[in-house]
Amino acid sequence: MARIVFTQQLRRFTEVPQVDAPAATLRAALEAAFALNPRLRGYVLDDQAHLRANVVAFIDGRRCHDRVRLDDPLRPDSEVHVMQALSGG
Amino acid sequence: MQDRAWVATRKGLFELRRRGASWAIARSSFLGEPVSMLLPPQDGSARLFAALNLGHFGVKLHGSDDAGETWQELAVPTYPPQPEGDPVGGVAWKLVQIWSMAAAGGVLWAGTLPGGLFRSADGGGSWQLVESLWNQPGRARWFGGGYDVPGIHSICVHPQRSDELLVGISCGGAWVSRDGGASWSLSAHGMRAAYMPPDQSGDPNIQDPHLIARCRAAPDVLWCQHHNGIFRSTDNATSWHEITSAPDTSFGFAVAAHPNDPQTAWFAPAIADERRIPVNGALAVHRTRDGGRSFESLRAGLPQHDCYDLVYRHGLAVADDGCTLLMGSTTGNLWASADAGESWSQVAANLPPIAALRFG
Repeated sequence: MARIVFTQQLRRFTEVPQVDAPAATLRAALEAAFALNPRLRGYVLDDQAHLRANVVAFIDGRRCHDRVRLDDPLRPDSEVHVMQALSGG
Repeated sequence: MQDRAWVATRKGLFELRRRGASWAIARSSFLGEPVSMLLPPQDGSARLFAALNLGHFGVKLHGSDDAGETWQELAVPTYPPQPEGDPVGGVAWKLVQIWSMAAAGGVLWAGTLPGGLFRSADGGGSWQLVESLWNQPGRARWFGGGYDVPGIHSICVHPQRSDELLVGISCGGAWVSRDGGASWSLSAHGMRAAYMPPDQSGDPNIQDPHLIARCRAAPDVLWCQHHNGIFRSTDNATSWHEITSAPDTSFGFAVAAHPNDPQTAWFAPAIADERRIPVNGALAVHRTRDGGRSFESLRAGLPQHDCYDLVYRHGLAVADDGCTLLMGSTTGNLWASADAGESWSQVAANLPPIAALRFG
């Protein structure tokens, strides 16, 4: 099960579940989290379901490659961290 | 008498209360978060709205049914899926900011960057893009003014006909709908764009009205603080004429229209265009009481040296009585006047940069 962890900065605004999901891609992992808290979607993704410009996702310590399709593959034991990028501060 | 007002700032929303002759901060909400616009309770609803523009996590809309004591997050206007290919005008279909809000006839309106107008018929529970305006062919020639993308900063609903509204766009001129947003006509004829090549300066579709304000009692009268001048319409935006009698400068962002007297309006002048500071470091409010034929430069109580405050387009407001005014600056100064701008007193000196203020 891949694990997805959201920055605690988001807790000011909405619930941020830590999710273990059988997700094969970054988007599938995000969708598993959004299923638990639908409001979280708008904080992480924009109108076009792209990763927000000032949000960054790390997969096993590596920044994700694609911010539009979000199709970076996950391993069964991958750990995804969704963070706020310092660029937006 | 309106004894309450709201101040949207870079670091939160502040409620002001008038007690006697003075105003004071009574409550804060969203401390630390950028609030780009607010809408006080109106149109028969008790709901107060605050639009946030979170740096990392996008635009959010909150509503309060108890005057700011508690808030709930509401739906936010969302652009529909962007068609394949290059978007019109190079503008992505992504919400950047809620820049204006209005309510009338049971409909809530939100003007946004990058240029979309949204409507809600359920108090902010859901939103629909007004596609009839978004799909105007002329949108391809709109461009950003102050931001990288175009934006709707003014929504002037007709006070007697709630299905008639005018929107002001930087930079896309002014547009009027008389059927609740089903169809639109460009209504910026007579405006002049000094920042365009001469053969395009009269094009109504690329004008940069910084703010448009309507006289409530005489709704055919509209005032416009434009990027390169002041314009006024007396025929409900069918035509605009330039007013050139303002002293020192006719540049600025804000305009407040007297609610009952169509001859009176207030402006917050600044040096054009690149510097955007008060003329000679001295802050003034320009007032006309004769339809723009002449202006008074009102300065009593405002700093007259070493002042570099700029008043944003939503930073000057007049109350229903036509003599109570508030003015807030990017430097976080807030002033009040109880005598139609003749004199001012400082309400606060250390607020965050002020984006918008409104009575109600």
